Amino acid sequence: MRDLFYNVKVRHSLSWSILVLIVIGVFFGIGKATEKIDYIWQWNRMPRYILFKDDITVTTEEDGTVKTIEGKGNVFSITVKALDGGEENYALPASADISVEEGDDLYAGDTLGSYKKWRVGILLLGLWMTLKLSVISGVLGIVIGLVTGLARISSSPAPKWLAISYIELIRGTPLLVQIYIFYFFIGQVFNLSSQTAAVLALSFFAGAYVAEIVRAGIQSIHRGQMEAARSLGMNYPLAMRYIILPQALKRIMPPLAGQFISLIKDSSLVSIIAITDLTKAGREISTSTFSPFEAFFTVAALYLILTFSLSMFVQYLERRYAAGD
Amino acid sequence: MIDVTGIYKTFYTTHKVEALVDVSMHVDRGEVVVIIGPSGSGKSTLLRCLNHLETAEKGQIVIDGIELTDYRTNINKVRAEIGMVFQSFNLFPHMTVLANVTIAQTKVRRRSGSEAEKIAMELLEKVGIPEKAGVYPSQLSGGQQQRVAIARALAMQPKIMLFDEVTSALDPEMIHEVLEVMETLCREGMTMVVVSHEMGFARKVADRVIFMDEGRIVEEGTPDKIYDHPEQDRTKAFLAQIL
Repeated sequence: MRDLFYNVKVRHSLSWSILVLIVIGVFFGIGKATEKIDYIWQWNRMPRYILFKDDITVTTEEDGTVKTIEGKGNVFSITVKALDGGEENYALPASADISVEEGDDLYAGDTLGSYKKWRVGILLLGLWMTLKLSVISGVLGIVIGLVTGLARISSSPAPKWLAISYIELIRGTPLLVQIYIFYFFIGQVFNLSSQTAAVLALSFFAGAYVAEIVRAGIQSIHRGQMEAARSLGMNYPLAMRYIILPQALKRIMPPLAGQFISLIKDSSLVSIIAITDLTKAGREISTSTFSPFEAFFTVAALYLILTFSLSMFVQYLERRYAAGD
Repeated sequence: MIDVTGIYKTFYTTHKVEALVDVSMHVDRGEVVVIIGPSGSGKSTLLRCLNHLETAEKGQIVIDGIELTDYRTNINKVRAEIGMVFQSFNLFPHMTVLANVTIAQTKVRRRSGSEAEKIAMELLEKVGIPEKAGVYPSQLSGGQQQRVAIARALAMQPKIMLFDEVTSALDPEMIHEVLEVMETLCREGMTMVVVSHEMGFARKVADRVIFMDEGRIVEEGTPDKIYDHPEQDRTKAFLAQIL
């Protein structure tokens, strides 16, 4: 019996069974919990908020007569001769139901035909907004962070203390409060849209963290590198540009990517200033369907897809860079 | 060529360390000076003061007629004329050997890429590893890296070369190949200041040996005088330890 317990294979299979039991337990617990509060799951309501088929009806704009209906390639082309002598052309896809025939008399607003078209739902629109805000703020944040990081390690007091104050100010206050300040104060003064205010708030927020990453990256490069560069007659900017930064940037890629993943999650806070990002989309769905569980589980899953695929990509990059060292 | 008058340097780390105390020295054009001394004696600090990697607090340093200690001096211009080789090689790991030797030529001397490469290849030939031009420093042995570092410094066509314990980090069998390159430079009439414990090298090529201890120059003279007939007790004690 004891020997059996010390067998690695046996112990691993035991461990696997425990894992499966725990996972089953968690799902069972969730099921029980929702049963207790009489929650009715309506997952079937969710897909339409990702992609849905929209009915599109094509109507005439003027009174007239249907002159011709022609199938050209994969579109129907309907020509309507108006009473005043002019001709109007309407194009419908081949899949459309045509509800008129040649020679029919029509009034303005009559239906010519209808078809179904795939549309992106509010969740995908929100996802796109989240991605857009994160990417723009991420890029701006890297620029701000690079400049601030270099200023932070400067021996000159003005850039150094400006950088320190900025970093401490941003890192010492909640992002939510920063977003409010950018929206209500800076946004009002400079008449910014809520999206611009959000991008600025996120950029300055990310910039402070990137600055610390950049500083740590530069300081992790051995002092001898700078000395060797300077001893060859390079000035400080040249040595930074060609010797220190290329090495430091390579080293800070992983933490930088981690910061970007955080930024994606942090961007959910902009939903409070009337921007329909992924989180706001979830809230809208939950209020219109009364299915908050499904709505926010879906939102969480979409965030997870974004962040998880990014972190997989980062791991791939790390492996590639490690091989190139 | 090098004139140092009464320089001081103090480090404040955990406690106050007087690295250089009233140090004066003179090196003529084409002269080879070897500095020896126990660790912490200030020999490396003195060498690093010569190209302003450390700033002397008091006193005067004049290199080839230019006063280093004058704040109006463009230090980068002076450094371009002084080659330095480090104990830890300090090659640029993200660049090939060839790029290591050309980067300062193109960015500081503003030579064209092809001209810089031609000079670099000649120098790699001189230090004996032209076949390694395309590889990265991490793929080289310590001795090879140090020879690349010498070639990198020489590529600026400096008037003075400083060597800071360049063989201390090397395996014994690689010391020889680096010293050989340095001896060639001596024969070609390069002005050199070398911090090193390699006595064979010093005897062979040094015009003068300086012994330092506790931030002061204790004794200086020809290699024969310092190694065989030292006058100061501290010099005798130090030599007794390393021999």
